[in-house]
Amino acid sequence: MTDSKSLVRISNVVKHFDISGGFLDRISFSGGRPSLTTTTVKALNDVSLDITQGEILSVVGESGCGKSTLGRTVLGLYPPTSGEIAFRDTRIDNLSARQMLPYRRKMQMVFQDPYASLNPRMTVRQILEEPTSFHFPDLSRSQVQDKVAEVMRQVGVDPAWAGRYPHEFSGGQRQRISIARALMVDPEFIVADEPISALDVSIQAQILNLIMDCQERFGLTYMFITHDLSVVEHISTRVAVMYLGTLCELADKKNLYGEPQHPYSRALLSAIPRLGSKGFSHMRLKGEVPTPINLPPGCVFHTRCPFTEERCRREIPALRTLPNGSRAACHALEEGRI
Amino acid sequence: MTHLLEVQDLVVKFGLRSGDLTALNGINFTLDPGERMGLVGESGAGKSVAGFSIINLISKPGFIASGRVLFEGEEISAYPLEQMRGIRGNRISMIFQDPMMTLNPVLTIGTQMVETILAHNRISTAHAREIALEKLSKVYISSPGKRLGQYPHELSGGMRQRVVIAISLLTNPSLIIADEPTTALDVTIQAEVMALLLELCKNEHMGLILITHDLGVVSQVTEKICVMYAGRIVEQGPTESIVTNPRHPYTRGLIQALPQGGGGRGRLHQIPGMMPNLTSIPPGCAFHPRCEHTMDICRSKAPQLFGDSETPGLVACHLYAQAR
Amino acid sequence: MRLWKRFRSSYFLYSFLHDPVAMGSFAILAFLTLAAFGAPVIAPHNPYDTTTINIMDSEIPPVWMEGGEQNFTLGTDAQGRDMLSTMLYGMRISLIIGVGATLMQAVIGIVLGLLAGYKGGRVDSFLMRMADVQLSFSTLMVAIFLSAIFQAIFGVAAFERLAVPFLVLVIGIAEWPQYARTVRASVLAEKKKEYVEAARVMGLPAARIMWRHILPNSMSPILVLSTVQVAHAIMSEAALSFLGLGMPITKPSLGSLINSGFDYIFSGSWWITMFPGILLVLLILVINLLGDWVQDVLNPKLYKG
Repeated sequence: MTDSKSLVRISNVVKHFDISGGFLDRISFSGGRPSLTTTTVKALNDVSLDITQGEILSVVGESGCGKSTLGRTVLGLYPPTSGEIAFRDTRIDNLSARQMLPYRRKMQMVFQDPYASLNPRMTVRQILEEPTSFHFPDLSRSQVQDKVAEVMRQVGVDPAWAGRYPHEFSGGQRQRISIARALMVDPEFIVADEPISALDVSIQAQILNLIMDCQERFGLTYMFITHDLSVVEHISTRVAVMYLGTLCELADKKNLYGEPQHPYSRALLSAIPRLGSKGFSHMRLKGEVPTPINLPPGCVFHTRCPFTEERCRREIPALRTLPNGSRAACHALEEGRI
Repeated sequence: MTHLLEVQDLVVKFGLRSGDLTALNGINFTLDPGERMGLVGESGAGKSVAGFSIINLISKPGFIASGRVLFEGEEISAYPLEQMRGIRGNRISMIFQDPMMTLNPVLTIGTQMVETILAHNRISTAHAREIALEKLSKVYISSPGKRLGQYPHELSGGMRQRVVIAISLLTNPSLIIADEPTTALDVTIQAEVMALLLELCKNEHMGLILITHDLGVVSQVTEKICVMYAGRIVEQGPTESIVTNPRHPYTRGLIQALPQGGGGRGRLHQIPGMMPNLTSIPPGCAFHPRCEHTMDICRSKAPQLFGDSETPGLVACHLYAQAR
Repeated sequence: MRLWKRFRSSYFLYSFLHDPVAMGSFAILAFLTLAAFGAPVIAPHNPYDTTTINIMDSEIPPVWMEGGEQNFTLGTDAQGRDMLSTMLYGMRISLIIGVGATLMQAVIGIVLGLLAGYKGGRVDSFLMRMADVQLSFSTLMVAIFLSAIFQAIFGVAAFERLAVPFLVLVIGIAEWPQYARTVRASVLAEKKKEYVEAARVMGLPAARIMWRHILPNSMSPILVLSTVQVAHAIMSEAALSFLGLGMPITKPSLGSLINSGFDYIFSGSWWITMFPGILLVLLILVINLLGDWVQDVLNPKLYKG
């Protein structure tokens, strides 16, 4: 599946976190004999995804589905346990910190919590100047300052406030500064991890507009991680639905919202609270999300899926292209049962 | 007919070194038995303060400066603390955003539920256990017998919130105040919990005050809405009419700011600026610096809630006063 | 200018001005520090100048007692040195060792704590086990070991000259794990915050992230710990000196003064031990009270009793 237009390619990425702790925590006794156990959280299980130049690819799912881990793995904050990540057809997950530097500039991140994502001990000017002078050492001091002022204007923060500390700004303005920091190094690709979920409704709209403006103006490509499905519907080109570290469905926005295929996507979409709808008509899922420490065998969704059959419990479904162009990983869809 | 709850000119202030801050500036609303109302606003609008002050549960330095709260015809805002405790958690229950505010992490679910029942009723422990079991099954918790012996941390977030709802049902309250009950939960679980709350209110004929910022949730659950801005109610009325035909520019802005389904990717409507801080509420109509219809009068005179015969509901905006 | 403005409107200053205990402690500490470092100017005698010391003046009681002399306000010690002057000079040594040892602990502890917290894994395990081992030797044992080695190599005479840096080294080495643990805990908390991730996404080198981003945000616990540690280091020094492992009697610190007077306490010359003792208690007390206040200001989440 090589696409010439793909900007970021995620191939078969697996990410496990070892949470077994120190040596003493790992000793356990089974049948009277001591043995070492390893506890791993299986955050990502064989995720493959192409992000095309210029698109907004949204990754949606509920808490613990691995969407944030995916974003951080793509940016190299976590090394993948296995699998590859490529930027413009260059593999980047195995590069050294020095080799990675040119790519750091191309790939940036905007974070969820506008209160934690800015260093409270640095002024806005310092926050914005640091990445610039680090990545563009040739720029003179006044050139860096000009750039800071320009970007601040672009994101809608008065450059006269550059000498202030983050705590003097409101949540929405901090998120603007956070976006400005990402823009300082002229990136091509931005991972936005829940950038609006900590903000008020009227501020959310401002930030969403800013994100879309930046995409147009700078030709950015986004990976937009969120749990808010109505926002996804508004801004994305394509949507990836994740459940328990697995990609369930990858579809164009119109396809997904028009006719969601995977049973989980259906349940998720039916649960969006819609303005003006009375009462509830959501699809009920039984049970609870299993823990990512003990993944269910076969399809990870089978414990809650209303269409589960014998095969779902045994065999992990692969992502297949469906007649309407969506891609989904589901045995029932493949067999035409639903 | 007496209202279930009647709030009259409620003013809540916070006493600070630099002087008193007005957090609630003359709130009026009524709630009938079995009625479900949404208290909507952004953070800092005073919606939680409003919810807490009804049961006189505002923490220092906040205090009720004036106004009355009548619950089933009794003026509970004048009750001494002891008497208030008999109402709180008994005839009026609260559900918080974080279930762990209600649940004690070191006691089992069963112990907590039985203790709550015994605190308000003189019955045997065995009988109390039966009631607890019954309420747990009412909130659709699977194998309730087993849950009674579990600790809060052994349950998932959605399950905990259900247990909290079950606890709030123990004393058969006639009013539930729910402060952002599903904000911390995932979409699918949020839908389940809200659907459950709606069903229980209908079946048990309980009144509900749902405090939230999520207009979508409010429109699914409630019959009427109060929209709050900077410590005042700026618009109130039946849910349907507010959602389909908002009148106050702030309500309109809020609704238009929501990404709507089925559309293209146009720019979202945005309200410029942000909610004023309590220390610097603008004179006149608090919304005037952000409003696109500001007139001279808005800068000097605060509009009062009023209604007209054509549209249901009340709105506090000079635009409509002029038309009248 | 801006900094001064920020300071003036800060909560720090406000709470200081509204806490009489903090203000009182600060005033006393400032007075004591000034007196200690101004000792060459304000002290009536120079206890280091052997030519001015007369053994005939030994054990003169304080001025208000029978036999007291105008010349020696607080009396004299067994060598005939003026108590007041000796105490001022001694307090200077105590303070220098206390602050110096704390700085030494801080430098070692902060560097190792940052490394352990930020790198994690094996580095973390190794450094923290090292800290555990270090903590299981008491300061006393370290001092006995090192002074034995030191005196064997350089001789006893050199020890008298190099006592101050030696004590700074001993107390610094013995107690760096306190800092390392505090810094590590703080780094572990800060490391998870998104601004650190943002810096990593930028590709900033680890050393820079630790130094420029994490350390400034870990300053509060370090500051709180430092006040405690200064008091602690002064106490350690006093204890070592009292046991004869610290400052020599020719260059006495408060601890060695207390020790030197100890033999005379039953012969009636209580002042040789008592006055330095009171001064030491006062010094430690005001530092600890200030530390308590700093802790309250920097960690408002901590409930007060």
